[in-house]
Amino acid sequence: MNFDYSEEQQLLADSLRRYLQAQYSFEQRKKVLDGSPEVWAKFAEMGLLALPLSPDYGGFGGGAVDLMAIMEAFGEALVVEPYLATLMASRLVARAGSAAQKSAVLPAVAEGRLKMAFAHTEDGARYDLAAVKCTAKKAGGHWVIDGEKKAVQGAPVADKLVVSARTPEGVALFLADPVKAPARRSLDGFAEADLVFSGAKAEALSGGLAEIEETVDFATALICAEAVGAMKFSCDTTLEYLKTRKQFGVPIGTFQALQHRIVDLYIAHEQAKSMSCLACSKIDSSENPRDRARAISAAKIKTADAARHVSQEAVQLHGGMGMSEELKVSHAFRRLTVVARQFGDADHHLARFASI
Amino acid sequence: MDLNYSPEELAFRDEVRDWLTKNLPRELKQKVERYEHLSKDDLLSWHRILAAKGWVAPAWPKEWGGTGWNVVQRYIFEEELGYAGGPPLIPFGLSMCAPVLLQFGTDAQKKKFLPRIFQGQDFWCQGYSEPGSGSDLASLKTKAVRNENFYVVNGQKIWTTLAHYADWIFCLVRTDSGEKRQEGISFLLIDMKTPGITVRPLILMDGAHEVNEVFFDDVKVPVENRVHEEGKGWTVAKYLLGYERMNTGRIGASKRELEKVKEFSKNVADIRFRDRLARLEVELMALEITNLRFLDRMRRTGQPPSADVSMLKIKGTEIQQGLTELAFDAMDPTASDEFSVALRKRYLSMRKTTIYAGSNEIQRNIISKMTLGL
Repeated sequence: MNFDYSEEQQLLADSLRRYLQAQYSFEQRKKVLDGSPEVWAKFAEMGLLALPLSPDYGGFGGGAVDLMAIMEAFGEALVVEPYLATLMASRLVARAGSAAQKSAVLPAVAEGRLKMAFAHTEDGARYDLAAVKCTAKKAGGHWVIDGEKKAVQGAPVADKLVVSARTPEGVALFLADPVKAPARRSLDGFAEADLVFSGAKAEALSGGLAEIEETVDFATALICAEAVGAMKFSCDTTLEYLKTRKQFGVPIGTFQALQHRIVDLYIAHEQAKSMSCLACSKIDSSENPRDRARAISAAKIKTADAARHVSQEAVQLHGGMGMSEELKVSHAFRRLTVVARQFGDADHHLARFASI
Repeated sequence: MDLNYSPEELAFRDEVRDWLTKNLPRELKQKVERYEHLSKDDLLSWHRILAAKGWVAPAWPKEWGGTGWNVVQRYIFEEELGYAGGPPLIPFGLSMCAPVLLQFGTDAQKKKFLPRIFQGQDFWCQGYSEPGSGSDLASLKTKAVRNENFYVVNGQKIWTTLAHYADWIFCLVRTDSGEKRQEGISFLLIDMKTPGITVRPLILMDGAHEVNEVFFDDVKVPVENRVHEEGKGWTVAKYLLGYERMNTGRIGASKRELEKVKEFSKNVADIRFRDRLARLEVELMALEITNLRFLDRMRRTGQPPSADVSMLKIKGTEIQQGLTELAFDAMDPTASDEFSVALRKRYLSMRKTTIYAGSNEIQRNIISKMTLGL
């Protein structure tokens, strides 16, 4: 039993935090929202992009626990780069691609030359991973895809897509070029787009629904860690506010009605951190998909509940200032609001947890 | 990062589990599982079985009968005890009076009391709370006036758990009513057979006799039964608050109850009930890992638990109450069998957990002040 990060993991997270503090402050982040190639290049230089990939393709072979410290730091700084989108799509290539496909894609991802997105969710699917209506048909030597994907994170900047589509054999995965679509920012600031495929050329990967479920579970563990970072920021900044904001001649942190509430936030953050440790270490160690799914759903239930609790109370305890766009706490609110539902809300995961 | 116990720790857990399977008397286990009343004899017989094995006071120094286990082993042991359905070990002697004696007691006091606590020869209770002094402990009024080799004690204690079983009581008393109220407090050990002591039952809402009022009317206590210096009782009390708080979550017992509630509620088809149960299971999973994180930190730093360990008591008791509430709600409302009757009383009784041993509001005050600096 050991809950510490290894020295390597800690060093990487520390240097990432230093970089984000210097170059990705709340003010600088506003500019980054319009796109910043320097940040991505820096991520590549630090090895963050290579970290999850296999050494056979220029990666470092890191697992979820290796990524956990990175995701926490991303959560603290509210990083909106297409890191997770690229990670998910490249993970699917790594697990379901041919040697040639892997060679074509993964080293470029590791070096920061290729951003990716995973085009999967469709209108009305909510959290049902099997709800795929897009179709893929064989036409000559290749496949063509028809259909629509909604709110694809990272799509506006992706150089390559992994797309899910239905074939007579079931849900399958494909590698495709990006399609043009109007870009927008999601509620929490990530670049996304709705994509329309009409006869888009694609090459088949070998996997299907099982690979999608595995990768979504992996990503769910990572956003639990990211949420822990965003909650830590929210708790810390709220505590600071309680100590400095004065009303009736005293800091508002002297009021017991507020003290007990911030203690509960602090506890919620610790409990979520515990579940994020469980989720990430289960992903790395569990051979059994049921075991893995149960731990991931449990973690997501706790994370979703804690994210709502912490974000809402952090705003409330800031008073009117918490509502203002000027304060980072309102942006953490946005991220935590979205994270609570990303890859399934608490209700969805309660049903899944109880059914396993 | 590795959330699993080491092979040595797993072997230790199996050893404890195996021993409990063979040595925990069936009728005691059943009483615990069915929420039946545990008599003084029940409590003591289990205490003595563990004492004979040498496992009754793991945290004590080896020379006094401790096992020499590290914090993780002690945690595993206590959680296995709870999981197996063993009767609770009454903490007043083993993990309250004894640590105080070990830290502040004279050699004579240690020799006189520790072996008897270990063997279960003396049953102890705790005289802290008073009618006007609950969470605000330093406001206590029970008075001890020095008269040559004796203190003469007058006053009243309340909520005294199992005083009606007890041979001895350790008390915080006021020996000086000077300006700083913490400074006039002393720590006395009082023989319950001393003339002038009256124990009166306080029946709680579940109908059980567990707590009492204890009255002191000119009770003579020899000066050698004072622990630490006169006026230093507050130091003693504070030391105790920081001692052994790694098992307040009672995770082993809650795991056992969770399994039982799952079994017991199989006929409840309501999806909303299922969700409540699942959410509570997740809370318990999170608490267990949080507890292990505290243990891991303690083991590696060698430091006593920090103030935020209070969250284990807060979450642990909320979960215990939640489980009882779910069991209660799963029960057929018209049932009148023995177990259902006991379960109803259990629901009433469990409300005490968020109040006793430092109410959960006091625990939040502790984290607010000590950890968050508010």
